[in-house]
Amino acid sequence: MADDNQSPELFGQTPSQTVGPFFHYGLAWKGGADLVGADPIGARTDLFPEENYKLNVSKPRGAVSGETIIVEGCVTDAAGAPVSDAMIEIWQANSAGRYASPDDARNEIPLDEGFIGFGRSSTTDDGLFHFRTVRPGPVPGPGNSLQAPHIAIGVMGRGLIKRLVTRLYFEDADANADDPILALVPAERRHTLIARKQGDVWRFDIRLQGDDETVFFDV
Amino acid sequence: MTDVIGYQREDAGQPNSLSPEYKSTVPRSPRQPLIKIPHTLTETTGPAGRWDDLMGGAMADLTTQHKAMPQGQRIIVSGRVLDENGRPVPNTVMEIWQANAAGRYIHVKDQWDAPHDPNFTGAGRVVTDAEGRYQYTTIRPGAYPWGNHHNAWRPAHIHLSLLGPAFATRLVTQFYFPDDPLIEIDPIANAVPLPYRQRMVSRFDIETTQANWALGYLFDIVLRGRDATPFEDDHDHG
Repeated sequence: MADDNQSPELFGQTPSQTVGPFFHYGLAWKGGADLVGADPIGARTDLFPEENYKLNVSKPRGAVSGETIIVEGCVTDAAGAPVSDAMIEIWQANSAGRYASPDDARNEIPLDEGFIGFGRSSTTDDGLFHFRTVRPGPVPGPGNSLQAPHIAIGVMGRGLIKRLVTRLYFEDADANADDPILALVPAERRHTLIARKQGDVWRFDIRLQGDDETVFFDV
Repeated sequence: MTDVIGYQREDAGQPNSLSPEYKSTVPRSPRQPLIKIPHTLTETTGPAGRWDDLMGGAMADLTTQHKAMPQGQRIIVSGRVLDENGRPVPNTVMEIWQANAAGRYIHVKDQWDAPHDPNFTGAGRVVTDAEGRYQYTTIRPGAYPWGNHHNAWRPAHIHLSLLGPAFATRLVTQFYFPDDPLIEIDPIANAVPLPYRQRMVSRFDIETTQANWALGYLFDIVLRGRDATPFEDDHDHG
């Protein structure tokens, strides 16, 4: 019998492969980029016929505490050209700093019934992604440290054979100065992890390569 | 005091972001080294168990989503989702998308000259049971050409997306068929060195083949497993 992942001799992590350019009808559902409601931002239903929309439409959610924010950014490649076939995923705590996960057992911190904290946005033809979410609270770090409010980000797309992982921090947060993960990043590159407030939007561009290349993490 | 138990890191079978034979990785992969960070609560948590709220219910049969049966060879894919310690990953979502039997996606940007099938979308979703088992029914997708190099053809494949229990266990991969000569000359599959490439190849299985109905294939998917010990550093207990 040939070795494959059903063979004990070869058994191990299934390797990563790209999502390719045609994921839009399989992954990014309407409402997936709106973590506090059901706005279809982030779904590219212009890229396939309506009768082939088999994905969920997010249910309207219950009340969510905290400050609603819009996060927007552009994904660009080595030449600075927008990446129109990328998909961004986010994962974050609620406004009180609690993750909606069985692995966050801190029951003293309240959950929001209407807030899960996972989102997905395709990029537009101009390389833009959009999320509507809440500003997260601080969460514990290694040892006795506290992490500054942040959003974990995964970047996938054509030409990305595996996910790239980064984080978004907020420029006006004093806690950034003491964040144990930012402290691991060379000072001259930290600005690539900081979202800037532009009008009503938190702007966070992702540069895959080249000048001001975004810091990506080995997690 | 919140030490968490992290996950194991990438093993030797994971591809490099820069895999030059797959040309679009060249301008889209970072040149700066990745910065290794400890696993915190951010990386060890995930939206486990909220799949229905997020994505809706299961769609385990891709052949019954339209008025009639799609063209092509009907297949039943089954297997388990495990962690690398061999433990089942229960109640975890797997999203599925693929081309039709002629190798054509319903996507408007797929412009190659093969027919659409009005009875096939190619999108599905399953959630593993308590033993990590899953099963879905679909048709065998066709191979198709792409623009990577002269006469480039992708082997037949099914795209799979899994989240697992945590942000750190996220996996997007592709399922390949055991009898496909195109795998050996495919830059995307070969971004994974042998023998690890074989972890993405399914196995034909007569036991799950249904008489007079569909061929069976087995495919176990292995996510990262927990580390044996909590992360600690020298500053924890001072």
